[in-house]
Amino acid sequence: MSLLSRHAVFERNSILLAVGILVVILIGGVVEIAPLFYLRSTIEKVEGMRPYTPLELVGRDVYVREGCYTCHSQMVRPLRDEVERYGHYSLAAESMYDHPFQWGSKRTGPDLARVGGKYSDEWHVTHLANPRSIVPQSIMPGYGFLAHNEIDAKKIANNMRTLRAVGVPYTDEQIKSAALDLKAQATPDSSDVADLQKRYPRAVARNFDGDAGHVTEMDALVAYLQMLGTLVDFKLYSDKADLR
Amino acid sequence: MAHATARKSMTFGEGGSALVFAVTALLCLVGAARAQDATFAFHAYLSAAASVLAVFMIFSSYSRRPSEPIPAEIDGKPNYNFGPIKFATTAAMFWGIAGFVVGLWAALELAWPALNFDLPWTNFGRIRPLHTSAVIFAFGGNVLLASSLYVVQRTCRVRVAGEIAPWFVVLGYNFFIVIAGTGYLLGVTQSKEYAEPEWYADLWLTIVWVVYLLVFLATLIKRKEPHIFVANWFYLAFIITIAVLHLGNNPALPVSVFGSKSYIAWSGVQDAMFQWWYGHNAVGFFLTSGFLGIMYYFVPKRADRPIYSYRLSIVHFWSLIFLYIWAGPHHLHYTALPDWAQTLGMTFSIMLWMPSWGGMINGLMTLSGAWDKLRTDPVLRMMVVSVAFYGMSTFEGPMMSVKAVNSLSHYTDWTIGHVHSGALGWVGFVSFGAVYCLVPWLWQKKGLYSLKLVNWHFWVSTIGIVLYVSAMWVSGILQGLMWRAYTSLGFLEYSFIETVEAMHPFYVIRALGGLLFVIGSLLMAWNLWMTVKSGEPEAVAARPALQPAE
Amino acid sequence: MEKQEIDVVTGTATTGHQWDGIKELNTPLPRWWVWVFYATVVWSVLYWLVYPAWPLVSGYTRGLFGYSSRANVAAEITALHTLRGEKAVALASASLEEIEKNPALLAFARAQGKAAFGDNCAPCHGVGATGAKGYPNLNDDDWLWGGTLPAIYQTIQYGIRSGNPEARENQMPAFGKDGVLTRDQVLQVASFVRSLSGQAARPGADLGAGKKIFADNCAVCHGEDGKGNQELGAPNLTDRIYLRGSDEAAIIDIINNGGGGVMPAWTGRLDPATLKSLAVYVHTLGGGK
Ligand code: HEC
Ligand code: HEC
Ligand code: HEC
Ligand code: HEM
Ligand code: HEM
Ligand SMILES: [Ca+2]
Ligand SMILES: [Ca+2]
Ligand SMILES: [Cu+2]
Repeated sequence: MSLLSRHAVFERNSILLAVGILVVILIGGVVEIAPLFYLRSTIEKVEGMRPYTPLELVGRDVYVREGCYTCHSQMVRPLRDEVERYGHYSLAAESMYDHPFQWGSKRTGPDLARVGGKYSDEWHVTHLANPRSIVPQSIMPGYGFLAHNEIDAKKIANNMRTLRAVGVPYTDEQIKSAALDLKAQATPDSSDVADLQKRYPRAVARNFDGDAGHVTEMDALVAYLQMLGTLVDFKLYSDKADLR
Repeated sequence: MAHATARKSMTFGEGGSALVFAVTALLCLVGAARAQDATFAFHAYLSAAASVLAVFMIFSSYSRRPSEPIPAEIDGKPNYNFGPIKFATTAAMFWGIAGFVVGLWAALELAWPALNFDLPWTNFGRIRPLHTSAVIFAFGGNVLLASSLYVVQRTCRVRVAGEIAPWFVVLGYNFFIVIAGTGYLLGVTQSKEYAEPEWYADLWLTIVWVVYLLVFLATLIKRKEPHIFVANWFYLAFIITIAVLHLGNNPALPVSVFGSKSYIAWSGVQDAMFQWWYGHNAVGFFLTSGFLGIMYYFVPKRADRPIYSYRLSIVHFWSLIFLYIWAGPHHLHYTALPDWAQTLGMTFSIMLWMPSWGGMINGLMTLSGAWDKLRTDPVLRMMVVSVAFYGMSTFEGPMMSVKAVNSLSHYTDWTIGHVHSGALGWVGFVSFGAVYCLVPWLWQKKGLYSLKLVNWHFWVSTIGIVLYVSAMWVSGILQGLMWRAYTSLGFLEYSFIETVEAMHPFYVIRALGGLLFVIGSLLMAWNLWMTVKSGEPEAVAARPALQPAE
Repeated sequence: MEKQEIDVVTGTATTGHQWDGIKELNTPLPRWWVWVFYATVVWSVLYWLVYPAWPLVSGYTRGLFGYSSRANVAAEITALHTLRGEKAVALASASLEEIEKNPALLAFARAQGKAAFGDNCAPCHGVGATGAKGYPNLNDDDWLWGGTLPAIYQTIQYGIRSGNPEARENQMPAFGKDGVLTRDQVLQVASFVRSLSGQAARPGADLGAGKKIFADNCAVCHGEDGKGNQELGAPNLTDRIYLRGSDEAAIIDIINNGGGGVMPAWTGRLDPATLKSLAVYVHTLGGGK
């Protein structure tokens, strides 16, 4: 019991106790977190990932604000039933521009990591406004109010600038044309769509909320949902390269 | 002021903090004027008002106090400072009931979604974080503040350090809660579970927390006892680690210093790891280490028995805090987090089992020789049952950390069941026990207004917990099994929506359990109110004896 | 030194300290507790040997058998295909007619189709494929684009107005909005359309005028008799099965604003065998032609 009797050192000296605690609790975190930043195997090499378009980004901010993560995961696990139900398991690369990540921890509703392209815009708009009108068994809240919230296109460039500061590779050009791109993506016949698609490959421009003339949070959220899981080109992706 | 003696003057602390708050009020007004969004403006005005109030309170307490500083001792006995503790205890009851009611509401929304009213402020996605923060940080946090400041004074036999500082901690912390909670309802959130408050609330909390640490440490340093009492080790670990976790998980860059929106520095898989390093250890240090501190004081005190094993407390303390930190990745099993990290999360969770049970053993075995008291003292019974729930959820937790089990339980209501056996059973009951002890002590009453009501509280809530937790176990396992069920031909048997439908009855039962828990807490509030209002005052001689060591 | 005393109840010595009246016993660590703790440590060390575990400078320990959860799921999916057996292989190469003729294969395809339907189609077409406003019922024998097996297969593969180059395209024009018909004309033709399925016309409506407008503007798609044209996806207007409702307001709305719902394309998202199975499943729901 000599070891235990030495414990009196900590019991008699509050500073030593505090320092002891600090040292003991730092170890685990450092060993688990630091390697995720330097091990190259952490994030797979993939084709197709790009930062969010301004409209998608606004949609993502709405997703965060409304707390969709409290019911929906965005993380298909490498398990047989999930791959069959939702599609290819999620890669770390697919959320590398996500500040914050939205993997979620509870599936009251289905996983949304690959919901992009699965339904029509009209379906999403109806479903978000009144889920039970279209899925009678649903227990999801209605978000009809989003269709009344118009987006102030001027503000989004600042958000992109902030994201660039924390590591998202937005170019000067992308930031400069943010307001233009935001409007173009919700106005399919606009002449700016081609430029948008040059800046953001595979971006889709549609009148997402069916309300021409207004760019609303509904447009943005549906634009975000419709691109989820569609960026990585799995035809070019080698599973074998990333077994980890 | 005219009657003050000539020698009365403001202390450096009083004058300095009044000045700081006055400047803060001005800065907040500037912030409000230049605000980028309505919520930020609202919060800036609120902060300005709070700062003005703080200045006012400093002056009014100055004008009320005698010219000499408050003595640390009276007649050789410590002059304990119970003011901030009374406030935190009251706040705990208030937030507790609010948080339980919001939880009940969330539960009802999942059973009957029309209750979302399709409004921004009432939909489940905003209500749920309000519930989790209200019960963990507002209710649990105030219980921890109250109990830690009480315990540290009594077991060090000194008045708590500082005069303004303890008030600042308690009031500042509750102000943080108000900012965070109103923010959620208005859509201001970082969406990181249990760390939802935005950057400015986080900054404020950092300041409050550092002062809390300083107050606690300074009180320990000036203690009159040669050794630091075990409860204080756990409180100190809780305070230090929460500070580290908070800083690690929240570095965010605001879009504008006059706006509420920010983006977190981390992204994707690294953000996920930071988040669950934080999230798991919020459980480990907020909901476990802190509440073990409560257990180590209130159980032996109430049972009037010595703590079972000093040696066990040393070994389980250090092993618990060392191992807990590693277990975060068990929240990320089978995700895009690399396999190696998942392995570490799983194995360290398994190794965490016995260190956790060390606390349970020390809590339960302290009763040896006093088990009969459980029949007559419902307060003690509540605390003992809470320790049993602690043991149960720290067995279930390591089990759920095994990857094979987690592949079923993750994403389902099983997690919710596990959470609430820990949250309602352990955190809830041990807090209730501590508050039932504290209120008569703080308000100097002979005892509680009614032990019979405590008994009712105990039974109503216990039935509530059993309904809640068993409903979630069944629904969680059912959900997990339905998601992975295959037909004999090898195809998925159930669509997702069929699993949603199957949950309905369990959501109703859970809500019923929640209702009982709420009723129990209302009984408690009534009982405490009556104790304070009309309880028999304690004879001075009968106050808890002060027995110096040696 | 501290005053160590013996606790009368347990017979154990205290440590001699006291805080606010609380003492501590010096009970040794419970043996079972220590041993179970050691066991969990030993188990963990063994686990680290077998599985990927410790991060290093430029990699991590991979474990004895090179386990990876991603390789594992690949193996499980392969195992699943084996479980589904020959029928899955046969299904993959069989044509739609061959599936229909082979009862075993048909049952198998239906099972696969049912599973895929629940998570992919039911959100629009309903759990029992009974449809919702704007989303057709797939149980009846009223088809917009044709209820034969190949027609259904075509619809599922490429969708309707889905943006896929092969998608079924045609739309209902916006006669009112685009100024082709006046307000009065829209009301007249709407009354006429309602009369086609025996519904009451608006009092005083001139059905003759409506009939004329219909023949001039609508018959190209919906046919002279209003029985529709599945080549063009133009619905039959003489039954009371209406996608968006048969009340006057709904009919006026579509004549004014035109449009048409979107059915997504499923090639690429679902594998070819699943697509075939879905076609077979929908075809056998009750209304298949
Ligand atoms: C109370 C829980 C809850 C919340 C909060 C919630 N959902 Fe849902 N969601 C569900 C449930 C349950 C379903 C499945 C039934 C259905 O389709 O409505 C669902 C389905 C969906 C689907 C269809 C997914 C699919 O593959 O069928 C989408 C898309 C969706 N939700 C988006 C959102 C968005 C965006 C938000 C936030 C603005 C949100 N949900 C908030 C519960 C929720
Ligand atoms: C986003 C909603 C949506 C989803 C998901 C969806 N459909 Fe459809 N589907 C529609 C709409 C809308 C139509 C009618 C289009 C029109 O107006 O012509 C339709 C039409 C059809 C038709 C043609 C009906 C007819 O009368 O000719 C078939 C067959 C069909 N769907 C089958 C399926 C199957 C099988 C799936 C799943 C793999 C599916 N649908 C998924 C929206 C959807
Ligand atoms: C270019 C072809 C075309 C012409 C011309 C046309 N329609 Fe249509 N119509 C359609 C199509 C395609 C739809 C199905 C829309 C959908 O799937 O939602 C439709 C749908 C309708 C519907 C709704 C049916 C339902 O099931 O809900 C009505 C009513 C209707 N048309 C009336 C008319 C009238 C009246 C006219 C002339 C004034 C007309 N249509 C001219 C193609 C046409
Ligand atoms: C009246 C009592 C309570 C009721 C009715 C209640 C209800 C709920 C509901 C409905 C949820 C959401 C579950 C879901 O998303 O499916 C929830 C989550 C949660 N509650 Fe409670 N709750 C109660 C008390 C408490 C208490 C006392 C605590 C903590 C001290 C607590 C901590 C939590 C936590 C941490 C979560 C999040 C769980 C997770 O994300 O996994 N709850 N609660
Ligand atoms: C040895 C102790 C424990 C271990 C190893 C443990 C382990 C776990 C595991 C594996 C999960 C599920 C993660 C997932 O699948 O998403 C979980 C969730 C949770 N546990 Fe524990 N647990 C322990 C004790 C406790 C205690 C005492 C509480 C007290 C309240 C608690 C509160 C929670 C909460 C709040 C969550 C939900 C986190 C979320 O939001 O997803 N746990 N725990
Ligand atoms: Ca959670
Ligand atoms: Ca935060
Ligand atoms: Cu955990």
